Order: sequence, then structure tokens, then C-alpha cells
Amino acid sequence: MRKQKNLAIVALCLLVACIHLVTVLTGSQFYLTQLTMAAYYGLVIIGLGTLMGYAGQISIGHAGFFAIGGYLSAALTTRNLASYQGGWPLRWLDTLSMLKTSQDIYGDQLITVAPWAACLCAVAAAALIALVIGVPVLKLKGHYLAMATLGFGTIIYRILLASPYFGEADGISEVPGFTLMPALGPLGPIMVSGDASLRVVNYYLAWGVLILGTTLLLNLIGSRVGRALRSLHSSEEAAAAAGVDTARFKLQVFVLSAVYAAIAGVLLTHFNGGIGPSEASVMKSVRYVALVAVGGMTNLWGTLIMGVGLTFLSLRGVFGSFDDAVFGMILIFVMLFAPDGILSLRLQLIVQRILLAVRS
Amino acid sequence: MSLDLFFQYLFAGITYGSIYAIVAIGFNIIYNATGIINFAQGEFVMLGGMISITLHQFMPLPYAIAGAVALTMVIGALIEILFIRWLESPSVMRMVIITIGISILLRESALHVWGESIRSLPYFYGNEITTFSLGSVHLSPQVLWVIAACALMVGGLSVFFKGTSWGREMRACAANRTAAILCGINTRNMVTLSFMLSAGIGALAGCVMSPITYTQYDSGTSLAIKGFTVAILGGLGNSMAAVAAGILLGILEAFSVSVVPLAFQDAISISILLIILFIKPHGLFGSSEAARLKDF
Amino acid sequence: MTGRNDMERDRREEGGAQGEAMLELRSVHKRFGGLHAVNDVSFKVAPGTIKAVIGPNGAGKTTLFNLIAGNLPVSAGTVHFQGEEIQGKKPHQVARLGMARTFQNIKLFHGMTALECVMVGRHVRSRAGFFAGMLSLPLTWKEERAIREASMELLELMQIAEFADVEATSLAFGQQRAVEMARALVAEPRLLLLDEPAAGLNIYETAEVARLIGRIRDMGITVLLVEHDMSLVMDISDEIVVLSFGSKLAEDTPLNIQKNSEVIKIYLGADDEISA
Repeated sequence: MRKQKNLAIVALCLLVACIHLVTVLTGSQFYLTQLTMAAYYGLVIIGLGTLMGYAGQISIGHAGFFAIGGYLSAALTTRNLASYQGGWPLRWLDTLSMLKTSQDIYGDQLITVAPWAACLCAVAAAALIALVIGVPVLKLKGHYLAMATLGFGTIIYRILLASPYFGEADGISEVPGFTLMPALGPLGPIMVSGDASLRVVNYYLAWGVLILGTTLLLNLIGSRVGRALRSLHSSEEAAAAAGVDTARFKLQVFVLSAVYAAIAGVLLTHFNGGIGPSEASVMKSVRYVALVAVGGMTNLWGTLIMGVGLTFLSLRGVFGSFDDAVFGMILIFVMLFAPDGILSLRLQLIVQRILLAVRS
Repeated sequence: MSLDLFFQYLFAGITYGSIYAIVAIGFNIIYNATGIINFAQGEFVMLGGMISITLHQFMPLPYAIAGAVALTMVIGALIEILFIRWLESPSVMRMVIITIGISILLRESALHVWGESIRSLPYFYGNEITTFSLGSVHLSPQVLWVIAACALMVGGLSVFFKGTSWGREMRACAANRTAAILCGINTRNMVTLSFMLSAGIGALAGCVMSPITYTQYDSGTSLAIKGFTVAILGGLGNSMAAVAAGILLGILEAFSVSVVPLAFQDAISISILLIILFIKPHGLFGSSEAARLKDF
Repeated sequence: MTGRNDMERDRREEGGAQGEAMLELRSVHKRFGGLHAVNDVSFKVAPGTIKAVIGPNGAGKTTLFNLIAGNLPVSAGTVHFQGEEIQGKKPHQVARLGMARTFQNIKLFHGMTALECVMVGRHVRSRAGFFAGMLSLPLTWKEERAIREASMELLELMQIAEFADVEATSLAFGQQRAVEMARALVAEPRLLLLDEPAAGLNIYETAEVARLIGRIRDMGITVLLVEHDMSLVMDISDEIVVLSFGSKLAEDTPLNIQKNSEVIKIYLGADDEISA
């Protein structure tokens, strides 16, 4: 089974490279930008898929974690700390070389947190928040859990919308690129940025992160912990009797999925150069849930393919003004006729279920 | 805080609180009959307001409101028949997701029919600057309409559930479905009826509050969250407690404006929801045994 | 199975530490509101023996099990497992201490094969955690192989090795019971709690279960079972505890229990015509 998994991953890598080739040949490299964005959203979706499909916990607030990651990183890398110069926090950050000095548009000194440090802080903050709210939230079940996560997502949205520090309704823009590796001779720098010259680099970077994330999750699912997760989703009582610490595992998966969402948020924000409050909205959270559901909650590959595919179409504007409605329809359709995901269905089963509906 | 201001806040709180209570009762009726939490409950309120505004262009206000309520009830029945009725013991997660999907559909349909504009019904009596005085407090008559309408609905529902045969059948259905079927009660129709009832009271609430709060295609979402908060606060399924809890939340929210910036007002009710869920999910007035009773 | 040798050694060591009961209940009470489901129940289970808990429906047997296994908190009293107090511990903590259980309504895992179900049972005897799992470190490969081997051995013991890769919930009832038993045994427990192991089985299958329980005892595992099937109980138990309306009515050898008039009364009613 491990061979199958490795083969699939290699196939995906090849596919990614092929798509690049196709865009070069057809001169349609602008597709790469949306494919890059779709890949980052895919990261959120596979994390959520693991939580929903394997730990069996629904979360209608995951856009909140994406936003925490993106917003914190954006704010830290754009807000000027120059007025705090001389104070001990700034000196301490400076010794850790976490600060970046530059000039703002007026020629004044601009001190911000270095992108890599901001990224770390943002992801750590998301993980911490997930840990703190995870403990009480995961004790809930069913509707209560759904509402609690919905509430969490909405609170994050409201806070972001109302805070001047986070740019209120306009969000944060002018977010700088994020250098992962400086230029080495003929090789250009590897930077997460929306710069057109770095489009290809960012494409491979995004897909690299997504593939890595997928590999880690696939490993997890096939491991001892993965078995324990699947067992606790199926029967918590029996899993506990077999020695599985259900509360701890649920929390760990919750935090893991929050970290995935936060990382995606950080990277996408630096790629786009900005972030707005709509990234934390309930509609975004619902969209993630819809994509997990349509791919099949216990089918990581299905979730990945459907998630990235539909997100790409949405970004291309294929659904027009019906974008949100489409995802709503997907949710309903999948839940009514194909609760195990589209790909798990044979046509016969779908027809059977539709007939059942019509007859009653 | 001056006494005048205090009463202003108080009445604002009671007004909004009554609306939240009606939404909560809508949740409770469907929950009692089916065990489902209908995430689309807020949309019923929004639809009531929107439809009545449109109908008002063709007919006088009372007919427009009656028509809106009737139409929304039909929509509620349709939703039940199309999406809920034929599911065989679906899991909770599935139901949650389905009703969320329905809520999105209704929202987006409203968006495409009525656009993003904010609309409202005209004031039932006078206009937006008409006030009457209660002592030194100046209130809009619409406030009375809201409170009266909500009180009437609660009273009417009480009579319905305790006094009429349909009401008793619904309670039987909620208490023990199998036994109800054995008594010859058509539980499927009872479920449809519960959706119609919830839709109806939501729509009426939407109509009476429209002049004060305005109606927009997405007004449903935050109402649903607040209505759910109230329902949980009073104990899911307990509608009398929902009334008390609704007014409590409304007043808390109204007074919070003096402490916290207005933009954070929604965050207050959500925080309350989270706190209740974490500490006492059966609500202030509830207990797990009472929750199991599922009576009105 | 290497585990068996360890266990025989442990049993010999235990023989030295005489008088230490494997499981002991002291004045255990459980109240559900007004209902006194378990009322002042005390008994000991000696290591390496088979003890049965019997009683009419509603006597509190399943509640007692849930109290011992940690699914329910006690209202009063203490439960001791290998000398350690365990009341109030969570089920997974109790499992780690060496207790395993089966369920009356079989609880196998959907979407997992029989082998995978049993592999979950090995959870307490393995260590690979989150990060090791995600990174697929080489140390986990060795452990995975060991888990798989131990699980296969047990499936062979239960004579259902051919169903290893079949989805567990699609197996026949008797085979599902076997998977559940294998899952409990693969953890190499000291104490095995069996919740109505013969429920739904015919005479031949019940006889098989009796043989199996005997073999489990020979492996050095102590067994506590709840059962309605009197033939099984009388056949294999070393001692029997009788519960009635939550209280302990009698605790004795099978032979004496059969002659106990109190016990006969609660099962058959006070009819003097029925005599031994």
C-alpha cells in the first residue's frame, strides 16, 4: 500500500510539471497565478478534510484560522514599529534579527518584523488559539460543535472587520514578499511574492508545499495514529476501550488542521500582497466544508482533487455571481445524494437515491 | 447613565430580544419535531421582510404582510418536502450541512432577486420620527408593534400546542415518534407542519421588525446565530424559557453599547453563545432531562 | 507469541505475591438520580481465575462493567486493579494499565478491515506518535510490522485469519465477535472483561466460546464476564457473583450457587414446587 501512495505522489508531481509545460506551450502562463492560489486553498482543505473525515469533527469556522495566519503575518510585516524604538521588546527582537528596516513611501524609517519571523508568529498564534479553544469546543458534539465553530469563525471575522489595526473593511495591503532563499548566482531568489517574474517559482513553491502537506497527512492516516483516528471517528467508546486517548487525539488533529490553514493563509497573503476580511467570512468556511464533503470526507485524494479543481474554477470566475450559490448547491447535493463524496459513487447509486427521493 | 438613557436601552433590548426569542422558538419547534437544527431559520425572517416589501408595492400593508407570511410558510413546507422528508435517519453532521446549504441557497436567491440594497417596510403607524411618550422615555410605536406581535405569537403558539388537536399531535410526535405513529398520527405531515409554523412566525417577526432594523439579503445569518444562542440559553426545545432568554440577551446586547464599540456588538452575543456551550450546554433554565422531554 | 512467555513468567511471579486480587471492588455504589443502580457491591477476582457476574435483567451488571472499565464514574466506593485504585480514571487510562473489554453490541470500526480493527487493539503496546506517523520514520516501520504480526497471530488463534482483509462490519455475526475478542486479546491484557460473549450464538458456537475462554485463562489472563447463558457460566466459571436490583445477592462456586434458594427465587420466582 505504501508503493501505491508513493506512486500517486510522484504522479501528482509529474502532473504539476506537465501543466506548467502546457501553459508555456499555449502561452497561457497567467493560469499559473490562479493555480498557485488554488494550491494554497487546497492546503486548508486537506487539513480540514483530515479533521472532518478522520477525526469526525465538523468545523464551520476554519476560515478563521486561515485569516489569523494571514492577517497576523500581514500586520506584523506592514505595521511600523518605529515609534517603539529603544524599548526593550524591539531591542530583543533586533538581537534575534527578527526586524527589518526600510523606508516607507514618505522616506521615513519603517521598522517591521521580518517576514519569516512574522510567519512563525502567525502560525504559532493560530496553533495556540486552536489549542485553547479546542479543549472546550471538542467536548461538544453534533449541532453544538457546528454552532461553536461557526461562532468562532464569526467572532474572528467581526474582530478583523472592526479593528483599525487590521485595516477594518479594507484589510491589509502592500504586504511584502517573503524571501526563502536569496539569489545565488544565476539562480534567482526564491520568494513568495506576486511579482510576475517569480510566477513560475511561486507556482512550484505552492504546489511543493501542498504536495508535502498531502504526503505528511497520507503518512499519518496510514500510521498507528491514523488508525486510532479512524477508530475514534467510528466508535469512540471502543477506541477508548482499546486505549486511544480520544480527547487528546481530537485536539491534536484540530491543531494540526488549524496550522495547515494558518500556513496557507500566511503564504497566500504574501503571494497576493494583501488580505481582506472576506477571507474569514462564514461563506469561506462553508466553502471549505463543501469541498471536503464533495471530495469524500475519508478520501484525501478526492478531497485534494475536487478542492483544488473547484477552487481553480471559482477563481477563474467560471461560476460568475453564482459563486456562493454553487457551493451551497454542492453542499446540498452531496449531502443528499452522495454523503461519501462524489468519487465514491457509482451512477447507479445516485440514480437509486434520486428515485427514492422522488417516490417519497 | 441617565434614567432616560437607561429606559431607551431597556426598551431597545426588549424589542430586539423579542425578535431573537421568536427566532429561537422557530428553532425549537423544528428541533422538537425532528431533532434537526434548522440553520436556515434566520432566512425565514429575512424572506418575510423582503417578500412583504415587494408585495407592498401592489397591495395595502396588512395584505402584504399576510401574503408574505403565507408565502414564506409555503417555502418552508417546500424545503421540508424537497430536502428533508425523504432522508432515512441521516447523521447529525449530514443534517447540519444540509440546512447550512439550504440557508446559503435562500440567501443567494434573495441576492439575485432583490440585489444587495437595504430595504424596509414603512412604519405601521406614522413614520420614523413619530414617537409617543412613556413618562420621560420617547419610543417609536413600532416598538409596540414588535412586542405585541411577538407576545401574540407566543400566546397563539401556546394555545395551539396545548389546545388544538394538531398541536397535541405535534407534541406527541416530538415526545415519542414511534408511539405517535402507532396512535395513527401522520408524523410526516407533522414535520412539514413544524417547518411551516417556524417559517410563519419567522416571517411575521421579519415584517414587524423591518421598519426598525431594515432588511437585507444577508440579515438572516446573524439572526440565526443570535436566535440559536437564545434557544441554547433557555435550553433547546424549551420555548417559554426562550422568551426569557431572548429578552435577557437583547437587554445585554443593548447595554453593551455603552461599554464596547458598536462594531463589536455581534461579537458579544457570539461570546455568550460560546461561553454557554462550554459551560452549560443545556442552558440557564435547562437540564439534560428537560431537554429530553422536548415539550413546548 | 512472545507475549505468552512474558505472561507465564508474570503468572509465576504473581503466584509468589499471594493474596493480591487482580480486581477488587469495595462498597461500590452508582446512583442515576433516584435510581440506585449499583448498591454496595464488593467482591474480589483472584488472578488467573474466571469469575462470572449473573443476575436477571436490570440487575446492574452492565452498569457494573462500565464502572470498572471507567465509562461511568462511581457514586461511592473504590475499584482496585492490581492493587491500584482506578475508579474515576478514563477508559483509555484503565486500558493502559492492562484491562481490556469486549462489548455486548459489537463495536467494530466502519471502513476498516478485520486486521486493522485488531491492530487498533495493539494501541497500548505501541508508541509511534503524531510526528513519527507524519514523517513516516523508519522506527515506525519496525513497530508497524510487529503490530501487524501480533494481530495476524491473534486472527489465526480465532480461526478467522482468512478474513483479515475483509471489511470487519460485513462479516458474519460470529466472526465479528471473534474480531472483537482478538482486538481485546492483542493488547495482552491482565484482565479481560467479557460483556455477554455468548449473546446471539448457538449451542456449538457457545461451546467454542467456552473452550476459548478456558484457553485465555491458560494464557494467564484473568477473566470477568457478564453472561445470561447459564450453561456457559456454570461450565467455565471458577466463581459466580449474583446481582439482584443492584445489590450482591451471593458469591460462591457454581455448584453452591445452583443450590442457593435465594438465587433460584430471583430467577424463577418464589414457587416451592421448583426444587433442585
